[in-house]
Amino acid sequence: MSLSGAWYLGLAAIVFTIGAVGLLVRRNVLIMFMCIELMLNAANLTFVTFSRMLNDIGGQALVFFVLVVAAAEVVVGLGIVVTNYRRRATTMADDLDSLKG
Amino acid sequence: MLHALLLASTSATVPDVIVFAASAVVILMGAIGVVTSSNPVHAALSLVMTLFGVAVLFIEQEADFLAAVQIIVYAGAIVVLFLFVIMFLGVDRAEDVTTEPLVGQRPLAYVFAAITLGSLIAMGVTAHWVTGAHQVVGPIQGHVTKSLSSPAGEPAQLGKQLFTTYLFAFEATAALLVIAVVGAVVLARRPPTVHADQEEPTESELSA
Repeated sequence: MSLSGAWYLGLAAIVFTIGAVGLLVRRNVLIMFMCIELMLNAANLTFVTFSRMLNDIGGQALVFFVLVVAAAEVVVGLGIVVTNYRRRATTMADDLDSLKG
Repeated sequence: MLHALLLASTSATVPDVIVFAASAVVILMGAIGVVTSSNPVHAALSLVMTLFGVAVLFIEQEADFLAAVQIIVYAGAIVVLFLFVIMFLGVDRAEDVTTEPLVGQRPLAYVFAAITLGSLIAMGVTAHWVTGAHQVVGPIQGHVTKSLSSPAGEPAQLGKQLFTTYLFAFEATAALLVIAVVGAVVLARRPPTVHADQEEPTESELSA
């Protein structure tokens, strides 16, 4: 048997916060994507923890769907990054200022 | 709720505590590495660290199948995709992370982080939203019939629920994946060049 679920929930909260800070602070689109992955992983850890606490398989099924959505999101996002790099030769979010007034 | 759970007498043994502490350190080191490393390749490798730590915690919580899927899909596919794009674009150089073009954004980000973490912890301590009915969907381990005809266990139970309770969502994710693949192909192919007549023959010329 493992530790009480609260430890896992606290760890997941910390990882989620680190990912959110990275998303706000960093300027490289690739690293911003990685921070989104961090936040999704924290959510997955929470799902699995609640699944164990309630002895309900539904949480683990949701983790499955989160994995699929994360994969699809990364595929499309990196496609956009590559397309954008061809036009502007940059992966910095600050350089995408074409709509600036 | 949280402190009650923390103090609740669980059947955790010393190895459980050690495994949790080690994976927590690995996860946090990796997460901080993703946010702070100036080189995108280093950030991707730190992300692998975090993903492995989370997989260990999945195993610790008896979600063995999800741990395997986590390693295969995240570390095996998503991070490799990240690394491929970083190398493909040639942006694997260190960037300057010290300058901040938007004045005051970092302090605001830290304030936001403190609020987020504080409210998450406060919600865990005060709220009592884990008092719902147990086993709405189904138990983790399935029925205790360990015969070959009806396998019990977490992967079997997960598969059963995926193809019954969550069948519509499962099919929707299949459609989502197909859409994502088609979108990536459309995004990644080069647009038809404007000066195609000078460089290479267009499709109409080829077919003519």
